[in-house]
Amino acid sequence: MARVVVITSGKGGVGKTTTSAALATGLALQGHKTAVIDFDVGLRNLDLIMGCERRVVYDFVNVINGDANLRQALIKDKRADNLFILPASQTRDKDALTTEGVEKVLTELAEEFEYIVCDSPAGIERGALMAAYFADEAIVVTNPEVSSVRDSDRMLGILASKTRKAEQGEGAIPARLLLTRYSPTRVDKGEMLSVEDVQEILSIDLLGVIPESQAVLNASNSGVPVVHEDGSEAGQAYLDAVARFLGEDRPHRFLVNEKKGFFGRLFGG
Amino acid sequence: MGFLDLFRSSKPKSASLAKERLQVIVTRERAHRSGPDYLPKLHQDILAVIRKYVQVGDDAVQMNLEREGNREILELNIVLPEKG
Ligand SMILES: Nc1ncnc2c1ncn2[C@@H]1O[C@H](COP(=O)(O)OP(=O)(O)OP(=O)(O)O)[C@@H](O)[C@H]1O
Ligand SMILES: [Mg+2]
Repeated sequence: MARVVVITSGKGGVGKTTTSAALATGLALQGHKTAVIDFDVGLRNLDLIMGCERRVVYDFVNVINGDANLRQALIKDKRADNLFILPASQTRDKDALTTEGVEKVLTELAEEFEYIVCDSPAGIERGALMAAYFADEAIVVTNPEVSSVRDSDRMLGILASKTRKAEQGEGAIPARLLLTRYSPTRVDKGEMLSVEDVQEILSIDLLGVIPESQAVLNASNSGVPVVHEDGSEAGQAYLDAVARFLGEDRPHRFLVNEKKGFFGRLFGG
Repeated sequence: MGFLDLFRSSKPKSASLAKERLQVIVTRERAHRSGPDYLPKLHQDILAVIRKYVQVGDDAVQMNLEREGNREILELNIVLPEKG
């Protein structure tokens, strides 16, 4: 049975697409057959982050409308063997994603794939609701910053009531926190919410903490998901999160600032 | 932390302020979500009634749903404008 995972946040620009690309690639590198779907209709971006933008022929909405079949629309990743990408369409028609259409595509994918990763658009409108509706579990991507944390809490409310599982009386789907763009230096200075603060407010399990890192920008510039940059802190933190996602118990890293100055080391605790 | 900061660390850090504010708003929004569906509509209707008599902003009516055992208490707080 395939597992459907939604990568969601409420707030925009917090790292959902970066995370979707990293998780899907990480799962595929571990030998799991994985499909990653861009639900951001009108603002296709996952193709760029995955580096396959020039190979897009058909998209998600084409498959829903029957203009193409799934086989024609899925793009095989160049680097990871078990990985396929279903790009979003550029249509402005926000109603293009129908519940029946999405269900049809997911059901067909589930026959062939172990994991289906859904990259949600920002907001709490139709696209975001559709990305979450059929999910078995959720990863809530949050930045250590007030509006992102508040929106994540709203999204948790939606995950508890507006998924198919919730509607069928199975309650809230499991949701875990991925805190991204974390800066231990700024946390030390009291300028940024700490991982403990965010966890205390949202009270959900922690899947991982991804540090703020230039490697993420480099990765998106070159269209190579950041888990391939396994020398970078962000790449390693994402690989740890993938391992935890698969049930491994790994300690959290990159939570403290290693590069403290002399006085920092003396007084910083 | 810079050297000079050691001598002026009494000011509350912005992160703790952020945490406090978040705890308040998140608690309030959760209570709102778990309350009956008609609450937002009731809020609008109460506002409309008050506006027949005085002009007030959207935040003039604060509603707060509290649970005590199996009783629910709806607390209404209406702030009228100061006399001009
Ligand atoms: N750990 C990180 N360190 C530095 N930059 C990051 C990190 N994570 C994400 N970013 C940057 O943040 C920006 C937004 O990332 P991304 O596109 O993944 O967010 P999103 O949540 O998918 O946005 P949208 O809501 O628009 O779909 C990008 O420029 C990305 O490079
Ligand atoms: Mg995105």
